[in-house]
Amino acid sequence: MQYVDEFRDPELITKASEEIRRLADPKRHYRIMEVCGGHTHAIYRFGLKDILPSNIELIHGPGCPVCVLPMGRIDDGLAIAKAPNTIFAAFGDMMRVPGAHGSPLEHKARGTDVRIVYSPADALELARKYPEKEIIFFAIGFETTAPSTALTLMSAKAEGIHNFSVFCNHVTIVPAIRAILDSPDMRLDGFIGPGHVSTVIGCRPYEWIARNEGKPVVTSGFEPLDLLQSIVMLLRQMQVGEAKVENQYKRVVPWEGNRAALKAMAEVFELRPYFEWRGLGFISQSALRLREKYAAWDAELRYSVPETRVTDPKAAQCGEVLKGVLKPAQCKLFGKECTPEHPIGALMVSSEGSCAAYYNYEYRKSLVTRISSVA
Amino acid sequence: MCLAIPGKIVELIAGPNLVGVVEVTGVRRKVQLGLLEDDMPKIGDWVLIHVGFAMSKISERDAAEQMRLLTALGEVEQVMEEVRGYGLEDSTDRAGPVSLNGKHHA
Repeated sequence: MQYVDEFRDPELITKASEEIRRLADPKRHYRIMEVCGGHTHAIYRFGLKDILPSNIELIHGPGCPVCVLPMGRIDDGLAIAKAPNTIFAAFGDMMRVPGAHGSPLEHKARGTDVRIVYSPADALELARKYPEKEIIFFAIGFETTAPSTALTLMSAKAEGIHNFSVFCNHVTIVPAIRAILDSPDMRLDGFIGPGHVSTVIGCRPYEWIARNEGKPVVTSGFEPLDLLQSIVMLLRQMQVGEAKVENQYKRVVPWEGNRAALKAMAEVFELRPYFEWRGLGFISQSALRLREKYAAWDAELRYSVPETRVTDPKAAQCGEVLKGVLKPAQCKLFGKECTPEHPIGALMVSSEGSCAAYYNYEYRKSLVTRISSVA
Repeated sequence: MCLAIPGKIVELIAGPNLVGVVEVTGVRRKVQLGLLEDDMPKIGDWVLIHVGFAMSKISERDAAEQMRLLTALGEVEQVMEEVRGYGLEDSTDRAGPVSLNGKHHA
């Protein structure tokens, strides 16, 4: 809680938390899902759980792109990168994510040319710099990242750069929300909508959740006050039995999204008929692939992809945690076999993964308390 | 990957791709501006950057708050590593001189 007061308007934070207590019906148990992994991280970091009344439960959603990627895709990407004279370029977040045959970093140690890039534009820059090499960019992310990959591919096409291809793992958030709502073991009362995905797609794509499912959605910023205000807005709707989409993060999220970004995505990508998500299984029309006019830059067409299917280690319950059915600490491996130092599942690696967030803020804290109480 | 980085536009670069130089706590790097083509930033404007692409324009105050948020989340080191890495600087590809002077890259 110490961090909360360092942000803008501590008075408003007090007001928001008082308002939450006033609005929350003590006879009701509220289950609110924060879809985005960035929100999960912030919620743990700021200890918001300690501010909220105990009948408001925050459920962590699937909004961590590294976490939802099935292990086989990492193995596939690394398998095609074994071709001679090839550079495998990926974001730093990917480097420690385990595939069945090791993480990108371990493959690097075994001789694959693995490079960290911080932008898709820099993966293309590698192609300009090393015209004699083939660059495979391991693209990953929700709609926040997909437009950047799209613009990069448009540049590659415009400049006629052909030693560059994209192994595309971009996914879309709305079908995942639909899959969670369709899941029989899940009861939710409302959603804290993603912040930066919504800067691209706007707020309209969530309207069916309110209209058809009767659940309110509030797109939210990442500061403690943003998250508390979003919970106030959700509770206000629930109090009067309303369900609509509201935008708490107006300072960054335009209702209609970012037209240029949507245009770039539409130019380059089309929906795959289906795609596998860790924990959620196959979801139809939930991921992007390159359109035919970009086939020359599509690594899945240029290389022979083994299409590896790997089941997660049996004892690991990543899927249940991703769906919000289990809390991280309820997984059998949490804090025992699976730690940030020795991750079994991606949720323990990525900073947006709920297991890593829970481990770093809640679990370590409880260990310190336990140790000091023993002492 | 989800937490956006606030930066100030210090230079706009002419050419076929929309590119500018941003400054993030003293470090200057090239970023892509193509996603803001409908509302191009001017020199002195603040933007939120995601994987090397400016995603939205924000106010100076919101930029300061975003940096404070990243600090509180313990992300600043990672963010600065990312910003320094733009343009392949300081990344695993170490060819070429590392310069903190944005004009050099322009």
